[in-house]
Amino acid sequence: MTMNLTEMAINTVIALSQLVLFLSLAPLATGWIRKVKAFMQTRQGPRLWQPYYDLAKLLRKEVIIPKNASWIFTLTPYLVFTATLVIGLLVPLYTSLVPLGFLADVITIIYLLALARFFTALAGLDAASAFGGLGSSREMFLAAIIEPAMMLAIFTVAVTAGSTSLSSVVERTGNWDLLAPSHIFAFIGLFIVALAETGRIPVDNPATHLELTMIHEAMILEYSGRHLALIEWASSMKLLLFITLLANVFFPWGIATQLTLANLALGLGIYSLKVFVFATAMALVECATAKLRLLRVPDLLAASFVLSLIALVLYFLLGGESRASL
Amino acid sequence: MNAQAYFILSISLYLAAAVFAGLSYPRPSQSRYAYLLSAAAAVLGLISSGLVLLGQPAFRLSMPLLTALTDLTPSVRLFESLGFRMDELSAFFVFVISLLVVPISIYSVSYTREYQDTKSVALLGVLYNLFALSMILVVTADNALLFLIVWELMSVSSYFLVTFEHEKPEHVHAGLIYLVMTHVGTAFLILSFLLFYQHLHSLDFAVFRAEAVSLPDTARTLIFIFGLIGFGTKAGLVPLHIWLPYAHPAAPSHISALMSGLMIKTAIYGMLRVFLDFLQPDLVWWWGLVVLVLASISTVLGVLYALMEHDLKKLLAYHSVENIGIILIGIGLAMIAGAHPESLALISLAALALMAALYHTINHAVFKGLLFLAGGAVVSQTHTRNIEELGGLIKGMPWTSACFLIGSLAISALPPLNGFVSEWLTFQSLLLGLHLPELIVKVLVPLSAALLALSGALAAACFVKAFGITFLALPRSEHPQQAQEVPATMRGGMGILALLCVVLGILPVFVLPLLNGVASSLLGQPINVLFSGFVLAPLAPDQGTFSPLGLVLLLLVLAPVGLGIAYMSSELRRRRAPTWVCGLPHLSARMEYTATGFSKPIRLTFRNIYQPRREVEVETDVSSYVRQRIRYELQLAAPFEKYLYGPLSAGILKISGTLRRIQTGSINMYLAYIFIVVVILLLVVR
Repeated sequence: MTMNLTEMAINTVIALSQLVLFLSLAPLATGWIRKVKAFMQTRQGPRLWQPYYDLAKLLRKEVIIPKNASWIFTLTPYLVFTATLVIGLLVPLYTSLVPLGFLADVITIIYLLALARFFTALAGLDAASAFGGLGSSREMFLAAIIEPAMMLAIFTVAVTAGSTSLSSVVERTGNWDLLAPSHIFAFIGLFIVALAETGRIPVDNPATHLELTMIHEAMILEYSGRHLALIEWASSMKLLLFITLLANVFFPWGIATQLTLANLALGLGIYSLKVFVFATAMALVECATAKLRLLRVPDLLAASFVLSLIALVLYFLLGGESRASL
Repeated sequence: MNAQAYFILSISLYLAAAVFAGLSYPRPSQSRYAYLLSAAAAVLGLISSGLVLLGQPAFRLSMPLLTALTDLTPSVRLFESLGFRMDELSAFFVFVISLLVVPISIYSVSYTREYQDTKSVALLGVLYNLFALSMILVVTADNALLFLIVWELMSVSSYFLVTFEHEKPEHVHAGLIYLVMTHVGTAFLILSFLLFYQHLHSLDFAVFRAEAVSLPDTARTLIFIFGLIGFGTKAGLVPLHIWLPYAHPAAPSHISALMSGLMIKTAIYGMLRVFLDFLQPDLVWWWGLVVLVLASISTVLGVLYALMEHDLKKLLAYHSVENIGIILIGIGLAMIAGAHPESLALISLAALALMAALYHTINHAVFKGLLFLAGGAVVSQTHTRNIEELGGLIKGMPWTSACFLIGSLAISALPPLNGFVSEWLTFQSLLLGLHLPELIVKVLVPLSAALLALSGALAAACFVKAFGITFLALPRSEHPQQAQEVPATMRGGMGILALLCVVLGILPVFVLPLLNGVASSLLGQPINVLFSGFVLAPLAPDQGTFSPLGLVLLLLVLAPVGLGIAYMSSELRRRRAPTWVCGLPHLSARMEYTATGFSKPIRLTFRNIYQPRREVEVETDVSSYVRQRIRYELQLAAPFEKYLYGPLSAGILKISGTLRRIQTGSINMYLAYIFIVVVILLLVVR
């Protein structure tokens, strides 16, 4: 790879901008969802910027570590935060020309999230509290149910685009008919997966601390101070990641495919717009549905699985061939 | 010295180690030094196979003594071709075996001291070396007869190791199941080789390779089916796996590591040798599909049963069924793609799938070996295998727990460890598998990928359970309270394997070109599958790329961001306080989540597979609200034992009961039988 100095400078700028954008936009998306939900419930709700204030407060507070917890408990927040942050450098946000995108494809990204989840679940068990164990057990169970549905949805996207690299997926879906029937099914499939994976209603409720229903919150119940801040921040980044995936994979309109200033500015504007549209959609779905019982969740994800399977079959029935080059 | 000389030296050293262990019988404490000899032998094996993998020509060791015997009896030409041969495929397996025998031998030096007072450690040393040697010989034997002989040596020596603690009745039972199943498997292998012999009039592997094309189709299909059953039994492929979860945990832990990490791989070798070496030029596509389907089922069932297991070693054994499934998904896919030799693209796909399978073979050997060694360290300190009685070991055994954690991450296919790299390659080959022309394959391949994803997530759940319940939180009984860190050699053995998990995870680019060579030699054409540099890109650069090293560097570079945010804004105040227990005075181990509770949602969701049966007895006092005692019993159905092996063994017993009537005990009757047989033989054969 030959790369001259200007290209390197541009790539560095793009990478840094992605990092900053991913970090700073994530709490805002969470705040927006809360605001929309409050509006739908005719409440005033917290300020749009409340997640930032929460993070700032938590970061200043003292950390309390359970007496019998091990180094796993202390390592986990940093590992979860870093693993999630890294993903921000690997996915196309406002431009498809992701400088470090070649380091990992979508399968790797999913397994990086799994790494974060593995450690969070261990930390849940580490404090010896029954709540933590309950959360870990439910989280790992849900992950097992989510994973096949997610992999099948990704398979559909990857087959139609001929690549598992997100940059290529975004560029190639941008080139052809967006209303392909197979993509509609795959989109709904991945939307359900996104709700489950980010712990939204109808699967989990991020606002509850009732032991009967909580999943993710139960695992991190013993966390406090800066540790909790990092975990909360990582959760918002994960939410933003799934919104980005849904937006950019299925509706890559306007994403910058060339490195001109106008193109990038347009891409940035449209990306922000898309994030708010999808965050609103998620909030609306959350308002419109009730939380499912834990053991009913597999039915929901089975629906997602079947939708993705239909998408794949449709693709081949309608005369599509795998676009991957052999 | 060339590869051949190293190989001969290696074999001699294994024999010397066995003899040394045997001679130490009067002084048991000396027997542990035999393991140092085994480690040295394995290092020589590494060099020898490494040289062949790096490009030294394949070599063949013939046996001059036996050849001379053939000259004396020209009518019996059986011995003519007896010999050992190391080509690239054999070299790969010798390399994997040696790679694991080195750390396991180091571990064994102090591990076997546990048995010193109660058992004959000299015998253990002899059997250990014979077992390791027989595996090396199995993957290098170049003649069907010789292969079967060393295969039996491997089975029998491992049988004695499984029943090493024969004073425990459940170990004898495990040994019996193992012995029966392994011989059923061997019988099918003999059938498969006899089919070759019937048509080719030779037992030489070189002849098989050259002339298998001339076999009639039915014979080739039968060879495939018999081979699949025979090798599948040893590999632990569902539904032939039932012996594995009994036999592997029964043996001492360093033997469990050998059995789970390596012995089942000899079956993988056998399948590759027979299916992709002998039968390769014209495979039939549905053979590969059969393998793919069985493999996908094994993958999920293995991990599902592992999740319900609370015996630490049995849990690990079930994971072997899962991982054999992952390896065979790659091999099945390679066989389907290999059935289309006219298309270069599909042959490249076959090579990619094969490389995924071979890489997972190394990776599984390494992390499963590591997990069994760490599990063995836990059992040696706590004297229990039931994880419901463990907990909190991370404090007393920090090294062991760190090793077990690395193994857990690797087996759960999490980046940046080695398990993920091979799983990623398998996913990529499955994705490309949609290019295969057969419609049914197009439908089944995505399902197989979904099952692979499911098993990966379930494996993660299982190892959160295994690690979390065993090592974290509070001890659940008095067993783990006194546990201390294990001696240096045991830590060393585990440390080498843990390091290998990391290195193979970050730097696959140094191993994959060698595997590419093995795959090309099997498929008979030079194929370049992966783009070089530190980026993996299967077949084409726009197919999706992954750079393990780059990812690790990125993680390290960005780690200061989180640390920085945390440390800049607070004054690093931290305090230790008790866990919140809803206002009760003390946290007790009884408040912790149990392994049974942990896996309950999965048990309920997959109840159609488990068919759980539970009994709850409540003793009440005064009123039904005051409970004195609760007894809870949970049983899972064993469908294979119940519906497949139960009727089968009942049928066999019935037939033998009927046949027993001819055993009258009267000598006249027996003479009559002999007479009748001779008459029939004369009539039919002549």
